[in-house]
Amino acid sequence: MLARVATFAIDGVQPRQVWVEVDIRAGLPAFTVVGLGDTAVRESRDRIRAAILNSGFKFPDGRITANLAPAFLRKAGPGFDAALALAVLAASGQVPAQALTGYAVFGELSLGGELRDSAGVLAVAEGARRAGCTALIVPRSRAREAALVEGLTVVAVASLRAAAAVLDGGSPPPLPDGPAQNGARSARPPDLAEVHGHEVPLLALEVAAAGGHNLLLEGAPGTGKTMLARRLPGVLPPLTRTEAIEVTRIHSVAGVHADGLITARPFRAPHHTISPAGLAGGGSPPRAGEATLAHRGVLFLDELSEFQRTSLDALRQPLEDGHVTIVRGQQSLRFPTRFMLVAATNPCPCGFAGVDDRCSCGEAELRRHRRRLSGPLLDRMDLLVDVRRPADQELRAPPVTSSAEALARVSEARDRQRHRLAGTGAACNGEMDARMAGSGARLDDYAADELGRAYRVGLLSARGRHRVVRVARTVADLAGREDVTRADVLLALSLRQRAGVEVPGVS
Amino acid sequence: MSVRGACDDCVARSWLLARIAGHLDVARNRVPALLELGDDDLIAELAGRDEAAVRAELDAFDADGYRTRCTEVGLELMCRCDPGYPASLWSLPAEPAVLHVAGGTGRLRDLVEGHVVAIIGARRASPYALENARSLARGIARANVTVVSGMAAGVDSAAHEGTLEASGRTIAVLPSAPQRAYPAAARSLYRRILTAGVAVSELGPDVPVRRWMFHARNRIVAALCAMTVVVAARQGSGALTTAGLACTLKRELGAVPGQITSPLAWGPHQLIKTGARLVTETSDILIPAFGMAPLRDFTPPPRLLVPSHLQPLFDALADGLDPPQAFDEAGLDAEEGLTQLAVLELGGHIRRQPGGRFSIAG
Repeated sequence: MLARVATFAIDGVQPRQVWVEVDIRAGLPAFTVVGLGDTAVRESRDRIRAAILNSGFKFPDGRITANLAPAFLRKAGPGFDAALALAVLAASGQVPAQALTGYAVFGELSLGGELRDSAGVLAVAEGARRAGCTALIVPRSRAREAALVEGLTVVAVASLRAAAAVLDGGSPPPLPDGPAQNGARSARPPDLAEVHGHEVPLLALEVAAAGGHNLLLEGAPGTGKTMLARRLPGVLPPLTRTEAIEVTRIHSVAGVHADGLITARPFRAPHHTISPAGLAGGGSPPRAGEATLAHRGVLFLDELSEFQRTSLDALRQPLEDGHVTIVRGQQSLRFPTRFMLVAATNPCPCGFAGVDDRCSCGEAELRRHRRRLSGPLLDRMDLLVDVRRPADQELRAPPVTSSAEALARVSEARDRQRHRLAGTGAACNGEMDARMAGSGARLDDYAADELGRAYRVGLLSARGRHRVVRVARTVADLAGREDVTRADVLLALSLRQRAGVEVPGVS
Repeated sequence: MSVRGACDDCVARSWLLARIAGHLDVARNRVPALLELGDDDLIAELAGRDEAAVRAELDAFDADGYRTRCTEVGLELMCRCDPGYPASLWSLPAEPAVLHVAGGTGRLRDLVEGHVVAIIGARRASPYALENARSLARGIARANVTVVSGMAAGVDSAAHEGTLEASGRTIAVLPSAPQRAYPAAARSLYRRILTAGVAVSELGPDVPVRRWMFHARNRIVAALCAMTVVVAARQGSGALTTAGLACTLKRELGAVPGQITSPLAWGPHQLIKTGARLVTETSDILIPAFGMAPLRDFTPPPRLLVPSHLQPLFDALADGLDPPQAFDEAGLDAEEGLTQLAVLELGGHIRRQPGGRFSIAG
C-alpha cells in the first residue's frame, strides 16, 4: 500500500516542499529510504522503527520503500522522522491514509516516540501555508513559533501517539499560551545611563543607530569600546513584525533560538578566531554565518585587527549587497545580511600608540596592524571614532544620556528617513547607495561647498565623500532638518576620523 | 682612473669591508677604531681563521667586475681619490673609501657644495616630533639647504618628506646597497628622494645590512653636514651617537625640545644641557650653521590666522590636550566641538594624528 505525507526541507533559510512517499509490499523485511538523504536521514530508519514500536504500534512486516521527492534535492537533518513514521503508519493502515491530506508534518523522533525540538519550524510553517496545507504537525516545544504563521492550524504534539490520535479524528491539543520563555533574549540590553563621560563616542553611537551606519571604535585597552558597543542594541528601534519574522526564521533554522518571536534586534559578537565560512556562511550543506544571524541587528567585531584577513574579506559582499550568495556543489543559496557593522580595535598591537609614550610596538608590528585595518573593510565604515579614557571629572559627572532618550531621538530620525526614502529600497541612510547619496541627500549650498573643499584639500576620498554625505544626512535627520547644513557636514567629517588607522603619520 | 670614478684600491677596500662584514658585526662596539686600520691590519685583527682566505680573495679581487656590477644596478661610484669627493668627509678619522651613489655622483657633488644640514631622530616618534622634523626640514629646504637624513621610519622619514614638500633636495645616507630603499617600507619615499636628490652608502650593492653599518652610516651623516639637528631621541638612541660624532667633528649641533616628561625628549634635552643649540624654528638652524638671516622668501608663509571663535579650541589643542579635553577647556559640547575641529582641519590649522590627537600644522 502507498501513503504520502507533505513535509519540508530547508534550503538555506527557505522551505522547499518534500513529499514523503512510503510503499509497503510483501517480501523479505527491509526498510530503505531513497531520495538523496544525508546520514541523519539514513539513520532515521532505526529511530522510526523504535519509535513506532515504543508508541504501541506495529512495525509492518514486508518490504518498505520510502522516497523523499523531489529526488534531486539534497535532504539533511532529522526533521523528516515524523513524516516518515506517519507515512509508514498510514501505509500499513494504522492511521487513516486519507486523514493525512492537507497535513504537513515536521519533527525529529526519539526512540520512545516523542517529537523532539527541531530547528527551522517557522520556515516550515511558512512553507506549509504557501503550499496550501491546512494543518501542520510540529513538536510541542515549537508550538509558538509555528503559530506565528496565520491561516494554518498548528497541531503541536508531544509524541507520535498523540499525532496519530489527532489523525484518527481526535481534537488537537490546545496550544500552550503565555509568552515564549526565551530568557536570554528578554533581558534588556545594558543602558546608556550607566555610561559616564564618552561624549563623542556616544554621539557617534547615536548617529550610527539613527542612520544604520557602520561604526569603528578605536582606542586603548580598557577605555570602553566593548562597553559602548554592547549598548547599541538598546538604542535601536525594535524590529517591525515583518523583520521579526525574518529574524526568527533565520535564528530558528540555525538552531540558536528557543521558541516564539524574536523582538529584540540581534547582537552577534563572534570571537576573532572565526573562519570565513563562520562569518559569511558556508559549509555543506550551506549554513548561515554570523553575518546572517546579525541580519537586521548588529554584528560586533571586537579586536578587528586580530581577525583573519580572509574572514574580513568575506564580509565585503554581505556589507555591500545586503545578502551573501553561497555556492557549494550544485547548490547556490542566498542568505540575507543587512546588519550594522560595529568594530572595535586598538590603535596598535599593544594598544597605546598615540595615547602616550608607553607604546612598545616595533615599526613592523605597527605597519602590519595598520595594513590589516586599512583597505576594503575600512572603506565601508561610515563612522570612525576614537574612544579615549574619560577624565576623572567626567566619570563623576552625570551620564550624558539614557537609552530611552536616545532611542526616542533615533526613532524620530528613522521615521524621517523612512518617509524620505520610501520607494527607494533603502530603509535608512546607511543603506543608501552612492547614487542616492548624491541625489537624495538634499545638501544646501553651503554644505555642498564645504564638502567640495574637504575633497579638494585631500581630506576625503571619492568613496569617503559619499560616506560623509550619508552621515551628514543622518545628523540633519536627528536634528529634524529638511536640508543638510554646513554644520552637519562638518560634524560628519569629524566623525569620520582616519588618521589612526589609515595614515601612519609619516609613511 | 676609470670613467666611473673609483680607483682599484678604494674599491678593494670597499669590497673588504663587505667581505668581513660578519666579523665587524661581532666587534661592532669597536667599529670606529677598526675602520681606521689599514687593509692588512684589519684582516689580521678580525679575520681569524679566515685570514688566509680573505687575503687570497683580496689579492685576486676583480675591481672591474665590482664596478660593472655597480653600473648594472644603477650605482655610480666616487672614491676618496676623486677631486669631487666631499671635502667634509676628510675630517673623519676613517673616511669612506668609496661612496656608492644612487642618483648620480654629479648631483651628490652639487648638493654637498651647498649648505647641508642633518635632521635626525627616533624611529618610533610622537606626532609632535614628526611634525617638527617635517616643518623644520621644510623651512630650511626653502632656504636652499640640503637636508641629510637616514631614511629610517619616524623622524628621518619626516625630515625627507618635509624637504620634498618644499621641493627641496635631500640626501639619504643608507647603511648599505643604496640602489634600493632601506627600510623597504620607505620605497615610495626613496623614489621621490631620487627625483632630485641622492641616496648614498659606504657599502656596495649586494651587501646585506648589518648592525655595525648603522654606526658607520651615522659618522657619514655627521661629517657631511655643517649642523646636525636631533628632533627626538630616547636614551641610547642612534641619533645621539650621530650627535656625539658631530660634536667631535666640531660641527654645529642643535636639538628640538619636548615635554620634559617624555622619554623621546630625553636625548634633545641632554644635548641642550651640554651646549647644543635650542632649535624651535628655522632660523635657529640657518643662523648658527651658515650665518644666514632667514630671508623673507625662505621663511614658511605666516601661519594662517585662526578665526577668533575657533581660538579657544585651537589654543587647547596647541597645549597638547586631546579633543575631549580640549572641548571641555574651550567650553564646547561634543557636537559643537567636533564641528569646530573639522573647520580647523579643513583650514589646515591642525593635522590629525594616529590615536585621535591633533597636532598644530607648522
